[in-house]
Amino acid sequence: MQPTNRSRRILLPVKMWFVYTTLFIALFLNYIPTGHLPAVPDFVALVLAFWCVREPLKIGIGAGFVFGLLTDIGVGAALGQHAFAYVLVAYAANELSRRVLWFTPVEQALHVLPLLFLSQLVMVIVRLMAGAEFPGWWMFFGSFVAAVLWIPLHYVLLLPQYQPVERDDNRPI
Amino acid sequence: MFFLVLSLALLVSDLKLRYLDAFRQGLSVLAYPLQMAAATPADFVRNASDYFASLVRLQIENKELKSRQLQGGERLLRLEQLEQENRHLRTLLEARERQPVKSTVAEIMYTAKDPFSRKVILDKGAQAGIEAGQAVVDDVGVVGQITRVFPMQSELTLLTDKDQAIPVMVVRSGLRAVLFGSGDGLMELRYLAANADVQPGDKIVTSGLDGVFLAGLPVATVARVERDQAQTFARIPCLPAAGVERFTHVLVLGHRESLPARPPEVEPVAGKIKGRKARPAKD
Repeated sequence: MQPTNRSRRILLPVKMWFVYTTLFIALFLNYIPTGHLPAVPDFVALVLAFWCVREPLKIGIGAGFVFGLLTDIGVGAALGQHAFAYVLVAYAANELSRRVLWFTPVEQALHVLPLLFLSQLVMVIVRLMAGAEFPGWWMFFGSFVAAVLWIPLHYVLLLPQYQPVERDDNRPI
Repeated sequence: MFFLVLSLALLVSDLKLRYLDAFRQGLSVLAYPLQMAAATPADFVRNASDYFASLVRLQIENKELKSRQLQGGERLLRLEQLEQENRHLRTLLEARERQPVKSTVAEIMYTAKDPFSRKVILDKGAQAGIEAGQAVVDDVGVVGQITRVFPMQSELTLLTDKDQAIPVMVVRSGLRAVLFGSGDGLMELRYLAANADVQPGDKIVTSGLDGVFLAGLPVATVARVERDQAQTFARIPCLPAAGVERFTHVLVLGHRESLPARPPEVEPVAGKIKGRKARPAKD
């Protein structure tokens, strides 16, 4: 049973250093120079959305802004482009977290997909307004790939919070 | 809300006003180690593919390079003599000497990930003496221009980037124009009248009017000319001459000789405020 709001599974509290480490790993993945390869997901947006859904009280738009700026620098985008999109993602994920956590990971992925799609759409609109060329529709395919990645991510990122299986007959939970 | 406004402000100041280069430089120093680490797998893949390149391909390439060197050598011999002659004539004419241009060979590391633009990252930066605005060529023609310089790398904007402009000249007719990147891997000659003397297949070279590019470097070939009487200007798409999107080594040219000083501003005639009519000064 996956730890959603419906399950009885109780998780250990999250460690913030782990949250930031995963965000930096995602940043690293974003920095890998894949050029104009289609369907490369935006890892930072994905991990950020994940933590903003799981821990709405601990992480939010501030982290979105900072990691957005770092992404902008690394990929050579306009400064503030990813920051703007990630702030929106973080805000929406925080707001959605009460609802999303009642669903299974697959259904959660369906909730996250429009979020990631929207973040890309915002970036496209911002850049087109500034007079850049339209990169083509394949670019949006990345958010679909990212939504699929949500499901394994759900297992991997929650791994450190699982409690050790120590059955105690005197305490039922 | 605050962050939204802040990021919008950043966007405007970066895209429209270009205030943030120092800020970007600072942050890029922070991001650099992570970037380097992330580029490693790409390097590895590239090196591995080089390593496994077939012997036959290398032999063919070697042969081709040798023949090209021979051809080049012959032209170089003549060039030396011509340069001598040119210098001599220039001294006779008392024209300013053309300074030899210092250039740096750089390797393209990877394509920048930003899907909205056509930029590549070179492996030489400010430490190798590269400055923003320098022209970049490969062995066939102009490739682009350096737009940002980081300590160890620099960003090269390709000619095909949308709205990247370069002043050019049509070789056959001597017509001067400005060539713009059109964003789809092609370029476009804009603002030429519908009856301008341009034909498909015309070679286009730099005119050197900008003081950045040397005059006479090949830039593009006219692909076709669409003359629509309904429009003032002809639509002229051009194919880039250099392998603008597929080279590995490029040459970053140093800045050209400084332009002649601007002519002094004409003294505004006293009392001439109203209207645009210039009255001859009476004195």
